[in-house]
Formats: sequence, structure tokens, C-alpha cells
Amino acid sequence: MGSASSVLTQYDIEEVQEHCSNLFSQQEIVSLYQRFCQLDRNAKGFISADEFLSVPEFAMNPLSQRLLKMVDGLNFKDFVAFLSAFSGKATTQQKIEFIFKVYDSDNNGKVSFNDILEVLRDLSGSFMSDEQREKVLRQVLQEAGYSKESYLMLDDFIKVLSRSGLKMEVEVPVD
Amino acid sequence: MNSSSEIQNHKLSSELDLDLDFEFDQPCGKLRLRDLLDISPTLTEASGAIIDDSFTRCFKSNPPEPWNWNVYLFPLWCLGVVIRYLFLFPARVLILTFGWIIFLSSYIPVHFLLKGHDKLRKKFERYLVELICSFFVASWTGVVKYHGPRPSRRPKQVFVANHTSMIDFIVLEQMTAFAVIMQKHPGWVGLLQSTILESVGCIWFNRTEVKDREILTKKLRDHVQGTENNPLLIFPEGTCVNNNYTVMFKKGGAFELDCTVCPIAIKYNKIFVDAFWNSRKQSFTKHLLRLMTSWAVVCDVWYLEPQNIKPGETAIEFAERVRDIISVRAGLKKVPWDGLLKYTRPSPKHRELKQQRFSESILRRLEEK
Repeated sequence: MGSASSVLTQYDIEEVQEHCSNLFSQQEIVSLYQRFCQLDRNAKGFISADEFLSVPEFAMNPLSQRLLKMVDGLNFKDFVAFLSAFSGKATTQQKIEFIFKVYDSDNNGKVSFNDILEVLRDLSGSFMSDEQREKVLRQVLQEAGYSKESYLMLDDFIKVLSRSGLKMEVEVPVD
Repeated sequence: MNSSSEIQNHKLSSELDLDLDFEFDQPCGKLRLRDLLDISPTLTEASGAIIDDSFTRCFKSNPPEPWNWNVYLFPLWCLGVVIRYLFLFPARVLILTFGWIIFLSSYIPVHFLLKGHDKLRKKFERYLVELICSFFVASWTGVVKYHGPRPSRRPKQVFVANHTSMIDFIVLEQMTAFAVIMQKHPGWVGLLQSTILESVGCIWFNRTEVKDREILTKKLRDHVQGTENNPLLIFPEGTCVNNNYTVMFKKGGAFELDCTVCPIAIKYNKIFVDAFWNSRKQSFTKHLLRLMTSWAVVCDVWYLEPQNIKPGETAIEFAERVRDIISVRAGLKKVPWDGLLKYTRPSPKHRELKQQRFSESILRRLEEK
């Protein structure tokens, strides 16, 4: 499935489904393909950052730049795999893994105090000062039994987030 | 940091601009680590936008369902193609050429010979423009049903309509010679704009020039006050939308002129052809050719009740009220987006509002014990 043609064969669909661990139904994959082709204006086989940002709802999101780094230039198969964390069939663990990846921008398997601070900066913008952000983070970390020097691993994320009933689901419109 | 009144204004205009904030319960109670780490609402919004968003939907041309796949229907479809391309299309080109010949041979003499008699000349030119538009409509076998009282020539009124394609203008113009405010286009369309449309009194603007706006508003005001001018037609969406949705009406222009606004709703029946002009995908020439090789262009035009700004209503609210009237009549869904976002990025104030809400919530909960 190199360059984007407008028609998916049954083989293509099954290949994509396998790649996303069966988290999307075949119909959903077809819908996602239509969406992919719609965003990929000149059929290059991937969606550029500019094309993502032409969706105003996405461009306005505080975490858009961070997500853009993860999704920019992906081919369709990887695009679907990226979105699979938002499927209704995804487990809480898979969702937490996704959140961990968003924090772990340098992909070294651990999230530092600064990594969390960076995300907090994206979310709060100019409405919180750096001191306020550090103070907040230090306080909640301490309460949870961590310190400023701690590195959080995936297991720590799972421990902290499992109880909160994570709601992270997007419905794929199927014609 | 903004003063509190600025924050209020921010909130009001962006609530009108878009009401898309994620509906989750206001978090409360003591701040915990999981509250900071749980970015799932923001992520969900972002992915929701990637998967489907109401803005892109407005500009999607819907290709017709192919029905020619059956062994019985396929020859019929082929026959249809033959008829459309080999008979209808040449006939239409002939009709259009004929129309242009009549038009030019009448317009040019009238324009020069009646130079001194402006009132008479304008009357003839108006009639001729209506005539050439009728020829255009005939060249697509346009079946247009007009509902409601025809526009009257009165000062201090302006007409607004939803916008699907440049042919909206032609469809309306064949009934009444409107003066229109348009984006200047290149090519043969631009040539038409600067010659013939001058006579009905058109006002040009350039989308990218923001300074234009004051000059533009003045021009509009002058035009509307004059009794001799043709009624003014404005498309407040500012861009072509696919006739299933309406985008935000720009308040500047039609709704701030201190005059009556007469809404016009246009709805195209997609049964024979989709009249949406996707200007990102097609040139206007290709668009016209597609219309001329289809069976027919069917549409309804409703001239709706004139509206005045209510006391205490802002221009934005007035614009939204009129948009509501048009959308309901034409069966279109309203989306809270500015059509200009087709060409530009959203302003940072939307993101800032989200950041502000987040920050306030965190700082508030920090105080709670």
C-alpha cells in the first residue's frame, strides 16, 4: 500500500486491522481511509503537518504541536495504529500507554519532572508562571510519594491513572 | 494578563465563534497527581478533530453514488453519457454562444451610444445582464423555482444569501439585476467582472487585504444610500460552502450598515449534479463545464422576510439570527466556524481560552484542602 489510491482492497484492510491489533472494525478502517484521503490533499500517501493544521479544531488544541510530532508523515497503516488508542475496544492499559508516549517526548522509556512540566506548559500557556507550575507539580508528586528527581515509568503511570476511570474514546463515523 | 472585562469579551465572542469545548464536569476537590497526568480530555478532542471535524465537512463535495455497475443499467448510463456529451453539450454551447452574440451586439452599442442618457442606458444594461444570465442558466438546463416576493428597488436595504458557487450570483441575477460585492478573480472571470459587471455596480475587494475593510464599508454604505443603484447582494459567508452547511456570517458589511437585511436562501437539488464549487479542487471553467455536461441544475430560491436589527442586538447576533432564518429555510446545518479558516489558521485566542480555563481550575484546586 505505497502511494494512496482511492480504493482499499480486502487484503489492505486486513493488513491494517492486524497492525492496529484489531481495535477498529473493517468498516471503521474504510471510514478512516476516506478521512485520510480527504486530509492528504495531493495523494502523497501521508498527511503533512500543514494539512493537519488546516483542521481548525485540531490547530486550536493546546497539545497539537506535541501530537503533530507523533503523527506527522505517518502512512495510513501507522495513522490507524496511532488512533487505535481512542477506539472503544482499547483497554485502559493501551490508553495509558498512549498518554505515556505523549509525555515521553524523547522516547527513553521514562518521564522526568521536566517532561511533565513541558506538557503542563502546553496546557496552561501564559496563564501560569513557571514557578507556579513547579510548585503545583512538586506538591502533587510529593503527595503521591515521588520527588522532583523521580523518573516515572509506564508502571507508575498505570498505578496513578488506573483508578480514575479514563475516558478517552472517539467514535469513527461510519456511513 | 487580560483585565477581567477583556476576558469577558473574549469569552463572549469565542462562545459565539465556537461552542466546542469538551463537556466534562468541572473538576473539583483536592489536586492529585492523576489530575495533572490525566490529559485524556485534551487528547480526545484532538483525535476527534483528526478523525472528523465539522469544518472540513462543510467543504466536502459529495460524489454521486455510482449506479452504473449493473449489466442492465450500464448501457443506459452509457447512452446517457453519449446524449449529455454529444447532444446536450454542443446544443448548450450553441445556446450560450448565441446568447453572447445577442448580448454583446446589444450591450456595446447601448454602452457607447447612450453615454449621455445614463438612466436609460443603465436600464438597458440591467435588462441585458439579466438576459445573459438567463442564457447561462439555460446552458445548464437550470430549473430554478423562485419563492416569495421579488426583490424591490428601494434604498437602505441589502440582500444576503448563502453561498455555494459563483453560479449563485447568476441564478439570482437572472431574476433581478443585483450589484454584488465580490472577490476579484483572475482570468476570464476577472475580465467579465471589470467590464460587464461594472455596469450593474459591483464592488471589489481582496480577501487578503485587511485594510480594505474600512474603504469597503464606506463603499457599501454609499451604495446602499443611493436610490439609483441596483440592490446590493452580499454573501456573508465569505466563501463557497457545500450547500449542506452554513458557516458563520461575517458581521462586517451587511449587518453593520444600518439598513434592512433581506435574506435569500438557495438550495440546490443534488439529484442531477452537485452545484458546489470546490474552489480548491476545480477552476471555475471546469466547474461550468461539469454543469454543462450534466442533465440539469435544479434549485430553489426563497426570498425571505426582510429583517431589521432589534434594539439591544449586536451586529454578530443579528448576523446569526439571519443565518438561522436562511439555514432553516434551506435545510442547512449551522456550524460555528469562520469561513476564512479555509485560508488561514485559527487565531491563538481559542487556544488561550482553553489554557486559561485549565490554569484557573488547577490554581483553584490547589487552594482546596
